[in-house]
Amino acid sequence: MKVLGFLLLLAGWAIVLAAVVLLRTEIQRSVFVMAGIGVEVLGMILVVRAHEPPKGQSE
Amino acid sequence: MTPASVLCLFFVFLVPLAAAGLALINTGLGRSRSAAHAMLASLLAMAVAAMVYAAESLFVRGQPLDGSPASLAVLLQMLGAGLAALIPLSSGADRWRLGASCASAALLAGCTYPLFAHWVWGGGWLAQLGTKYGLGHGFLDAGGASSIQVVGGLTALSVTWILGPRRGKYATHGAPAAIPGHDAVIVVFACFLTWLGWLGLNAAGAILFTGAEAGRAVLIAVNTTLSACAGLLATAAISRFRFGRPDASLCANGWVGGLVASSAACAVVTPASAVTIGLAAGVLVTFTVAYIEWPLSIDDPGGAISVHAASGLWGVLAVGIFARSGDGVSGQWLAQLVGIATLIGLVLPLTYSLNWLLNRVYCQRVAPEGERQGMDLYELGAGAYPEFATHNEEFTQL
Repeated sequence: MKVLGFLLLLAGWAIVLAAVVLLRTEIQRSVFVMAGIGVEVLGMILVVRAHEPPKGQSE
Repeated sequence: MTPASVLCLFFVFLVPLAAAGLALINTGLGRSRSAAHAMLASLLAMAVAAMVYAAESLFVRGQPLDGSPASLAVLLQMLGAGLAALIPLSSGADRWRLGASCASAALLAGCTYPLFAHWVWGGGWLAQLGTKYGLGHGFLDAGGASSIQVVGGLTALSVTWILGPRRGKYATHGAPAAIPGHDAVIVVFACFLTWLGWLGLNAAGAILFTGAEAGRAVLIAVNTTLSACAGLLATAAISRFRFGRPDASLCANGWVGGLVASSAACAVVTPASAVTIGLAAGVLVTFTVAYIEWPLSIDDPGGAISVHAASGLWGVLAVGIFARSGDGVSGQWLAQLVGIATLIGLVLPLTYSLNWLLNRVYCQRVAPEGERQGMDLYELGAGAYPEFATHNEEFTQL
């Protein structure tokens, strides 16, 4: 889950980069940049969940 | 040197006060039995980061270190790398080995920091988003909210994940135990030092990296101060409302959060906008400190992730919302979002990978005996306050 989360972070960044380079109008870019950030948020959720300590663990 | 260069040199000379302030905050928010270790780790991290960045500038990029006005920018970047390296120490307090923190600082100053700082301040692709792709004036960050604060904050998050929580933090049913800092006085005193340091950092950064004229330093100082004050007042008001009285450590975090949030936009917004930015940063810090501790179960003793990463990201976004363009250029907010996406989508995986690899070859967390004894005794052989009575109950609980 951790690796998948980090891959989603990178994928989201790639979407943002592609939007800036390939698209022309501000509306198109905005939509795809927001989509890329949405993918990054999903990745962050996975990474955070992967690092949660087991409940009741005494570190 | 021109008068502008002399003024800029004066601003750069103020920046080490920000480092002193952050080091004192790290120390005061940690335990008394790790206080000397925290201060020494801060000094060592600063030294390692500055040395590594200077070597990287000289040998990899060929930037001058000959005392010319051009090397003033390199000096500010050396201090910026040192500041970024101090931030993770706050999250790794009471359990991060001295050698490992120095090695992590070297990785930060040699890889993560120069990569992003060059993209923003060295004419890299983020700075050119305006000229090449028509996104406003390109990614704007005058005082290092992204390249120093968020990079340091994301490294702090990575280090916290890799080290795990302190012993006894999440001992019973996963609920966090309160482990208060040992000296609120030095934490609050450190806020005054950070104020001075940030005035220098924001002014020097704006002049050297965004081309602001020296006369704009007054507006930068006003905005920096107002943002910090608003951050503090927001935190004090919320903690008074939630807990019945203001919380000193949270208020200190709100102050620094306001300073951090002011960094990106200090040269391009009105004072009223600076107040709004600071207020929002204070609110953000108050709630993210609590949310990160529980339910996310991330043990961040000094609140560095909230103060530096969350407030820094907000400050970067605030440029897109509040910046006065006046020249009809649109798309600034999109340029700022691209920068934020780069920080979360690239810098976080990069800094996590580097620290994960470091942990594979050199275990970063101290042995359980070190946590029980305290980092001072275990790693330095002597405590910071030898004449004070030891809190025996802390030892028996763990």
